[in-house]
Amino acid sequence: MTTKEIQNPLINFLLHLGDNALILGHRNSEWCGHGPVLEQDIALTNIALDQIGQARNFYQYAAKLISETSGEKITEDSIAYLRDGWDFKNCLLTELPNGHWGQTVLKQFLIAAYQYYLYQVLEKNSEEQLSAIATKSLKEISYHLRWSSEWVIRLGDGTDDSKQKILDALEIVWPYTNELTNFTDYEIEIIGDTYKNIKDNWIEKVYVVLTEAGLEIPSTVYNHNGGKQGNHTEHLGYILTEMQFLQRAYPNSEW
Amino acid sequence: MGINLEEQFQQKIDQEIKIEPKDWMPQKYRHTLIRQISQHAHSEVVGMLPEGNWISRAPSLKRKAILLAKIQDEAGHGLYLYSAAETLGISRDEMYEQLHSGKAKYSSIFNYPTLTWADMGAIGWLVDGAAILNQVPLCRTSYGPYARAMIRVCKEESFHQRQGFESLLVLSKGTEDQKRMCQEAINRWWWPCLMMFGPPDDQSPNTIQSMQWKIKRFSNDELRQKFVNMIAEQIKILGMTLPDPDLEWNEETMQYDFGKINWEELKQVIQGNGPCNKERMDARRKAWNDGEWVRDAANAYAAKHSKQL
Amino acid sequence: MKTFIRKFFYGDYGEEKNTASEHNPSRQTINEWPLWEVFIRSKQGLDHKHVGSLHAADATMAMENARDVYTRRNEGISIWIVESKNIHANNPDDADALFDPANDKIYRHPSFYELPDELKHM
Ligand SMILES: [Fe+2]
Ligand SMILES: [Fe+2]
Ligand SMILES: [Fe+2]
Repeated sequence: MTTKEIQNPLINFLLHLGDNALILGHRNSEWCGHGPVLEQDIALTNIALDQIGQARNFYQYAAKLISETSGEKITEDSIAYLRDGWDFKNCLLTELPNGHWGQTVLKQFLIAAYQYYLYQVLEKNSEEQLSAIATKSLKEISYHLRWSSEWVIRLGDGTDDSKQKILDALEIVWPYTNELTNFTDYEIEIIGDTYKNIKDNWIEKVYVVLTEAGLEIPSTVYNHNGGKQGNHTEHLGYILTEMQFLQRAYPNSEW
Repeated sequence: MGINLEEQFQQKIDQEIKIEPKDWMPQKYRHTLIRQISQHAHSEVVGMLPEGNWISRAPSLKRKAILLAKIQDEAGHGLYLYSAAETLGISRDEMYEQLHSGKAKYSSIFNYPTLTWADMGAIGWLVDGAAILNQVPLCRTSYGPYARAMIRVCKEESFHQRQGFESLLVLSKGTEDQKRMCQEAINRWWWPCLMMFGPPDDQSPNTIQSMQWKIKRFSNDELRQKFVNMIAEQIKILGMTLPDPDLEWNEETMQYDFGKINWEELKQVIQGNGPCNKERMDARRKAWNDGEWVRDAANAYAAKHSKQL
Repeated sequence: MKTFIRKFFYGDYGEEKNTASEHNPSRQTINEWPLWEVFIRSKQGLDHKHVGSLHAADATMAMENARDVYTRRNEGISIWIVESKNIHANNPDDADALFDPANDKIYRHPSFYELPDELKHM
């Protein structure tokens, strides 16, 4: 299937939200069984499970809307497993490789901070179902934000080695952060001019946490964009190849 | 008077009174328990790897969530068991060191590869099913912290076997490819699962003492037979077969007879020559070594701040 | 280089005498995160109950780990954590002296008093 021709901003926005949650959840789930200590393996898997759950909620809602307009039977799984990369609307930051633990928690922090303010806006949206999903997700995201900020601070203010590692990670991921709050037409259509507040709140939160971690916001001159419109990094293709393998190799099967 | 500590200890056990961490216990009881509990903990943690292979390839979002939650539970089981062993005076890091150096063993079953999606179902149904048979009696084991950990484990374990069977059930009703996948996975996992219960009773020297101490409550062969009886019936619902031409109901013993187990294979796997021993140990060591700077940083941060809630 | 130090567990803190038989000095690698005991209130109105332990570098982390490890199935609504080394326990050898004397004080229990059946609500 493809969702390329869809013009409805709500559907596009739902796909974007679901894709963000799924791809980040997918990345975080790669840690399961490989974490630095059992307790943290369990913690990050909890976050991944929250994210996959959120993706399912957004996809199910989007699937309902798409089915209603197209007459085709679309499900959460056809959205996740049968679209190609150009249909995915997740931010590039979510698909970047995990790198080391520091890079993973940093990515998780930057995205959770953005989701934290975005979902507070979505909670007040007049679309009832969107608002309900946002309310439920917000509880989870508050915890993700807390957990990941603490880790960023711990590593920034830990040993010399950990500080260097988190600095390196910040250099790698920072150019991808602008896209989070660089709002597209379909987003603005749904959230209105509140997007300006989201941007301000996000940068403030990031500043506070990085400062406590003894880190500075890098002065990058260029930014990577495009994920929200389906123009991705090379990484997404590999994620999808792996994720979609069974659905592609054995089409039309129940699992 | 006159009754010595060791006799008192055995009396307590005979009366089903639990032994708690600070109670007197024979040195050998302590050491046997440390070995048994840590081996069990290692198995839970190494056991995350073969299933972990398929998290990124799970065929639906629902299955992805189930698999992830299941593997996460195994991490929890490892944690509960390491904690129980720690009450006996060994640290988790020491146990890890024993695992990583190859000194400590873990269940042979996790040295087999997961080649298709059906392996996720087969592991849940057969491997977790076999583990549960072993674990349920351990909820009454004589050492308090171990018994309590096992109660928690068994409570969580109950969904593992069910999700595995249900996932195979879907395959068994699916396309020809899916049926083949299902049968092929059962064929590959069946014999290694029987080996998982350990060597036959006449070759396991520790059994008698362990039974007396109630840290083992059924023998390897008893549990193995129980398992065969259970699975031989359940497989009928799947409409699949077990790869054993000698499997047959015996009216006299009221048990299933089954074929000869290849003990040489088990010996090889335990000695490190199974299909995936190296991969599993490499993965565990890598996770541990890669995590060192993270653990050190958290310590350094805590030392600097000694933060209160 | 691994350094081993004395390790504490379940109320082992601050005691001179160890009752466990020829107990080999328990050790902990010096870099290991400390051990914490977790207590959970499963629902409003009930006591916190010991559920197990975990490792964490500090109290904040221990609290979150307790949530992630021990409440994944709605097991709790409130968590206490205590660093294991801070728990004091009685010596099991003293158990007779501590607890047996309560055995013969049956007059502390309501069933000790025989009263006429006509007497209600008491
Ligand atoms: Fe388990
Ligand atoms: Fe299990
Ligand atoms: Fe187990």
